[in-house]
Amino acid sequence: MSVRNIILEQFIQVADEQGKQLPIPSDELILLDSSLDSLSFAIIVARLEDALGVDPFSTADELSFPVTFGDFVSLYEQAI
Amino acid sequence: MSLALHDVIASQRPSGGHLCDRSILVHVDDLLETTSLGGWAEALAGRSVLIVTRSQIAAAASLVELDGVARRLVLMPADHSSEDMTRVIAKADVTAIVTDLEALAPDLVSGPIVRCVPAALKTGAKPSRTETTEWILLTSGTTDGPKLVVHTLASLSGAIQPSRGCEDLPVWGTFYDTRRFGGLQILLRVLIGGGSLALAAPGEPLAALLPRLNMHRITHLSGTPSHWRRVLMSPLAGRIAPRSIRLSGEIVDQGLLDKLSGFYKPETLVHAFASTEAGVVFEVADRLSGFPAALLGRHGSVEIKVEDGSLHVRSPRTAQRYLGGGEPLTKDGWVDTGDLLDHRDDRLYFLGRRGGVINVGGLKVHPEEVEAVINAHPRVLMSRVRGRRSAITGGLVVAEVMARQNPAAGRDRTLEAEILDLCHRSLAPYKVPAQIRLVGSLDVATSGKMVRSNA
Repeated sequence: MSVRNIILEQFIQVADEQGKQLPIPSDELILLDSSLDSLSFAIIVARLEDALGVDPFSTADELSFPVTFGDFVSLYEQAI
Repeated sequence: MSLALHDVIASQRPSGGHLCDRSILVHVDDLLETTSLGGWAEALAGRSVLIVTRSQIAAAASLVELDGVARRLVLMPADHSSEDMTRVIAKADVTAIVTDLEALAPDLVSGPIVRCVPAALKTGAKPSRTETTEWILLTSGTTDGPKLVVHTLASLSGAIQPSRGCEDLPVWGTFYDTRRFGGLQILLRVLIGGGSLALAAPGEPLAALLPRLNMHRITHLSGTPSHWRRVLMSPLAGRIAPRSIRLSGEIVDQGLLDKLSGFYKPETLVHAFASTEAGVVFEVADRLSGFPAALLGRHGSVEIKVEDGSLHVRSPRTAQRYLGGGEPLTKDGWVDTGDLLDHRDDRLYFLGRRGGVINVGGLKVHPEEVEAVINAHPRVLMSRVRGRRSAITGGLVVAEVMARQNPAAGRDRTLEAEILDLCHRSLAPYKVPAQIRLVGSLDVATSGKMVRSNA
């Protein structure tokens, strides 16, 4: 499965667990408009670390704060 | 007896300024001559009163009206469960409730349930304010609901400087709930020191709050590191221009300080160390994480020391005690914050918390509380809950679970889903494990206690 699909799967799974309605993520989707709060993001990032073996949020030299779903995916694609 | 909040505002506060959320704006000066309780304040004299509201402004107005009138004011944050409320009512001997909620059972308390509105209504009533009211703040507990921490207006407001009268008064915004310690500090700063405060409306998303903070032209903004990371992930982050940024409630890392410094170029960027039990301890303004070792010792009325690796505080701003028994809050006047420190060069850095307490975005989680919920599942033999580092929320809750029959490491999606569901129904969202791992065994020490590491 592609990195994008693994990420997509986690977004959908966590939204479901948190009882949130998630629009189908496109690259332009603004993460904080996606009804997911920062707790949901923290959970997604933790599970992606288990699935992909990287946490680009804690390993990057400079902190990055992705704004859109596309930013988020490319952060992982670059880290792997 | 010290002055009640109403009288402090009347005698010391520079006039002007307001409290507002999305739908309501109340002038602080008007709070002195009006009622938000339909004139019922006198009926609450001498009582232990629970304040449980959706509107933060209604709660603030009730505090101004009832400090010095009620014997005890118990502040309920927005995210409580109904179980918590029942426990708090019992522990704090609550006999009256002030609320704007519709669905409270009338037999919850023996005395009146008073409706409050965030609007200020004219009243001629002037209740006498002679009590030294206890302010009860909630902090997370282990297995029997929240801990109740006793403060007074004097201990809560000890770090607030009176206005010097010459500077521009601040317009504060905060991401905190003002019913918790961090947010209450900001509310009291505005009520005592002057200025205005913009608050989040119940359930207001960040995408709506940021433009509104901009509209109110906030100059000062406070939140946890997690709140600030969330702001930096918003495309609207550039819509606000705080000239003073304040962080507290969690360990602050250098990366975040650098990012905030570069993005907002604030005149002041301060991280404060404070907790519900220890009160406001110190502020660090040098834009570096940790704090200078020179802060150890006595400065004014505040003494701090490191003992057994953790930060200890003695000051008039600490809470007095816990309500409802349990371990004492202070020992010889010292509060052990449980925050572990590392001394490197001339600076001390926070490592995390003793006892495995997990800090999720500024909210504390006791592993035992979560374990008790998980262990209630009929197929669970035992569980161990611990923290996992998160670059987003500082920490996250994760659980290792040993099944009752044929325990084995691996996956059992049905059991995992059932445990998650159980947790979602009994715990606040930040306490629900982000991850559940089934294990074949959990280490038990010779003491019979489960082995916990300070991971």
